[in-house]
Amino acid sequence: MSILFKNVKELVLEVDEFLSTVEQGVLIFKKGVYNYLDKQEEAFFDNIKNIERLEAVADKLQRKIDRELYLHSILPQHASDIEEMIDKVDEIIDAAKESLYEFDVEIPYIPDELINDYKRLVDASVDAASAVFPAVTTFFREPVKVKGMLTKVYFYEKESDKLSRNIKRRLFHEMDDLKLSQKIHLRYFALHIETISDKAELLADYLSINALKFNL
Amino acid sequence: MITLLFFLSSGLFLGWSLGANDAANIFGTAVGSRMVKFRQAAIIGSIFVIIGAVVQGAGANDTLGKLGSVSTLAAAFTVALSAAATVYWMTRLRLPVSTSQAIVGAIIGWNLYTNNQTDFQTLTKIVTTWISGPVLGGIFAALLYMLTRKVLNRVRFHLFYRDVTIRLGLILIGGFGAYSLGANNIANVMGVFTTAVQFPDIHFGIITLSGTQQLFAIGGVAIAIGIITYSKRVMETVGNTLMPLTSEAALVVVLSQALVLFIFSSQSLSNALVSLGLPPIPLVPVSSSQVVIGSIIGIGLLKGGKQIKYKVLGQISVGWIATPVIAGIVSFFLLFFIHNVFKQDVGFKTVINSEPVSQQRVSNKLNTADTIVMHQTKEIDKTVQSGEGESSLNYGWVVSMFLLIVLMGVVYYFFLRERRLREKEQDKIDELEDFIALKAKSLEQEAKRYEEEHQNLDKELKYQQKEMVNMAMNIIRKYEIVGQIKDDINKIKKSVKEDETRKALNKVILKINQNLLLDRDRESFQMHLEEHNSNFMHRLSEAYPGLTENERRLATLLRMNLSSKEIASILNISPKSVEMNRYRLRKKLQIPPKENLTQFIRSF
Repeated sequence: MSILFKNVKELVLEVDEFLSTVEQGVLIFKKGVYNYLDKQEEAFFDNIKNIERLEAVADKLQRKIDRELYLHSILPQHASDIEEMIDKVDEIIDAAKESLYEFDVEIPYIPDELINDYKRLVDASVDAASAVFPAVTTFFREPVKVKGMLTKVYFYEKESDKLSRNIKRRLFHEMDDLKLSQKIHLRYFALHIETISDKAELLADYLSINALKFNL
Repeated sequence: MITLLFFLSSGLFLGWSLGANDAANIFGTAVGSRMVKFRQAAIIGSIFVIIGAVVQGAGANDTLGKLGSVSTLAAAFTVALSAAATVYWMTRLRLPVSTSQAIVGAIIGWNLYTNNQTDFQTLTKIVTTWISGPVLGGIFAALLYMLTRKVLNRVRFHLFYRDVTIRLGLILIGGFGAYSLGANNIANVMGVFTTAVQFPDIHFGIITLSGTQQLFAIGGVAIAIGIITYSKRVMETVGNTLMPLTSEAALVVVLSQALVLFIFSSQSLSNALVSLGLPPIPLVPVSSSQVVIGSIIGIGLLKGGKQIKYKVLGQISVGWIATPVIAGIVSFFLLFFIHNVFKQDVGFKTVINSEPVSQQRVSNKLNTADTIVMHQTKEIDKTVQSGEGESSLNYGWVVSMFLLIVLMGVVYYFFLRERRLREKEQDKIDELEDFIALKAKSLEQEAKRYEEEHQNLDKELKYQQKEMVNMAMNIIRKYEIVGQIKDDINKIKKSVKEDETRKALNKVILKINQNLLLDRDRESFQMHLEEHNSNFMHRLSEAYPGLTENERRLATLLRMNLSSKEIASILNISPKSVEMNRYRLRKKLQIPPKENLTQFIRSF
């Protein structure tokens, strides 16, 4: 039985490590976009390397958690729910990494007047993701409190929606000097950044349903 | 030895069926939900059930002995066989059954057949525990459930730790439950044999095993074999028959059941109460299944009682009454057979016809006491030797009663069979209905998902079309502005007389005419247009291979619901040319005169 407790202790630590890795990844994403916007190339490439490493660590941890949940038959009735949730958390760092790659590969031209708008969008999107991680941690300890913690996620997600819409409106209504292809290109980048908050919202929805299930 | 084993076989069979069925009450939810492995559960259950039987089995056995002390081996065999047959038969018919109630019914059957008096005080005590056991289980379960919830809500347990703790709890409490089951229910299995079978004591150093304890150990092993060989199936199929249970609730139910069974079998606890001046606890075998049901109901009522399936509860209550009655009747007639067909002594009590004795005749009676005792001893000896007790029951009456009951049994059997068939059919219908409902639900969800996808795609399409229209409008606006600028320059050129200025203005007009900026936008727009309408253009080319590139482009613009004037601006041709192109397109598409070209293209 002590072996089982030891395994569980390891699993708890792994889940916490996984969450903190993803959280770090999201913060690196924010720094990466900031560096790109501020044209800090070297720092930007450092961020890409970091997020690659963190994403690989998160994937490895996710696989380990999946395996151990089944191997030690922990929470056998809810193992699939937990796995799906972990998967949704992993999707956030995946999206962040993909987004930074897009910046690296496509090198979008961002006009100076839009830089602040993009920074605000990144802030809101990352804030939404950052607000969902404590809720995941709480889900494992006090599922009853999870619902109250998700308000922030929904707020920041709406905020990033608004900011993204604003960028698109400005692109297509005010910035006549930009080529259409550039406008479309920039529109996609607003979309890439917004994806982080969308993923956070999906995770929040999943958490609120499952917290209810665990409280029954 | 073989004879002894043969006679014990019915008790062992009863023990086996008890282990096979009742172990599910202790480890069923844990094994069913994969919290505890069956092997683990079987080993723990087997060990503790034997320990419980040997250490604490005597208490409940004494009460059962008071109800009827089955004095011969053949009678004990028959009584245990009747109980076992009843349990087996009722289980086969999927009727709720209890070993405790079956054995009590069988003992009463023996009392009736052999003229032994049933101790109604003991019977009342036993029947009271059949009610108070589940009630107590319910109270314990409700209190423990409240306590568990409170502790779990207060202590910030990680879900994983909570799971392991519950698992550990299920194992520990399962062990306690198995111990209590052995202690309380061993009397059902081996109790009837304790008077007839006497083993010499065995000494293991400081531990001494009495004859009864040895008998209980054998019974415990039979229960353990039942757990190991057959309970897996029962455990894995034990569903949420009465109410769906969480793992915490399952833990509470097992603990409540173990506590109730322990209380009703603990001599020391009863003695402790007596020493405190309180009434003793009746030490009676209680049905573990019924205590579990009581416990589940206790939790269900605490939760508001909405989840309890009252129909199942009704069926269980029927079993409460039916089991002892059926076991009693079976025991009575089996004893009749054993006694009359196999000429076995089933422990008849001889009836002495003594008249009421008056005070004057007391001395005479006392004087002749020795003679009477001698006479009666001879009579008893004769009776035992011949194996034919002086039954007060009329032989013919018993046979006719037996035939009547067999007839009733057959009718009842067919009635039950018919009911089972009907139930099976109903189950199939229910299953089918459930399947259809599930399928319908999944189809509904699928449809909803498709609808949502369709709506999203529609939105996306509208958005893209809007984007393209915006683009087109942009081009038109630019074209108009450039046109106006060109007109203005022409006007200025007319008023200017200097050659140099006129030349410069001509250059500007030329540049405008080259229309570089406009063309680039147009190219990009056309590329975009083709990209987003590639499917449509492909279909159009397939259906009408004779269409030119310009005609296909015009069709695409018409699909966007743009007017001729707007199209003219985009294609940099005059509106008149657009009209002409529309006419040609109409002819090539062979559209009847009454049909609208734009509508035809949009619905293509």
